[in-house]
Amino acid sequence: MRRRVRIVAQAFDPEAEISIFRRSLEAAGAIVTFTGQVRASSADGHVSSLHLQHYPGMTERGIDAILDEAAQRWPLEAALVIHRVGDMDPFDPIVLVATASAHRRAAFEAADFLMDYLKSRALFWKSETNAAGRIWVEPRAEDYADARRWDDAPGGG
Amino acid sequence: MAKLLFFGQLGDLAGGIERTMALSAAHAIGDIVALIDAQDRLLGSALAGPRVRYAVNGEIVAADFQVTDADELAFLPPVSGG
Repeated sequence: MRRRVRIVAQAFDPEAEISIFRRSLEAAGAIVTFTGQVRASSADGHVSSLHLQHYPGMTERGIDAILDEAAQRWPLEAALVIHRVGDMDPFDPIVLVATASAHRRAAFEAADFLMDYLKSRALFWKSETNAAGRIWVEPRAEDYADARRWDDAPGGG
Repeated sequence: MAKLLFFGQLGDLAGGIERTMALSAAHAIGDIVALIDAQDRLLGSALAGPRVRYAVNGEIVAADFQVTDADELAFLPPVSGG
């Protein structure tokens, strides 16, 4: 499986990255992409900005390891992970995951698996700043439950 | 000097993401947390929290891991990405 992992401190263009990813494929017939962006508002009011931290080196190694696992579980031709760090405003893209396989099921499942890891297990720390101040965000119970779905499930195919 | 890294809200409590600490001998992470706690109870109790994990030189380790003056020790609170 070909792979690319980028942790970026500047804004990125998901549509341009998806186009580059798609054009790089040699055999895959199915491409699944997920883009996450900064919400305009959260439960406790308007989000004025969002900040993401990572642990350079260790964060990338963790994502590499989860891509190894995805490659073992599903027959993927390629996978792409781009994740923002630093300060972001509403509607800025935060994360892009793209997967490509011969048929759709593997690409859907692998993208879902990778996002579950990125939401609740990858080494990122996220804070929101609004009128009330800065709060550090933790994954929701649903995010942890989503990630656990894969813990003892066999791979698709 | 050992390098200490505090991520997420731990960095707010520590007043910065990074600090150094001179270790004349190897110390267990639990002992280092106790040393910090003696100077700063708020940070010390946060570092000792049950959901904080430790990494030394980029590898997850347990609280009894021995840290030397040449090591990088990171305190990792619950993560949140995407």
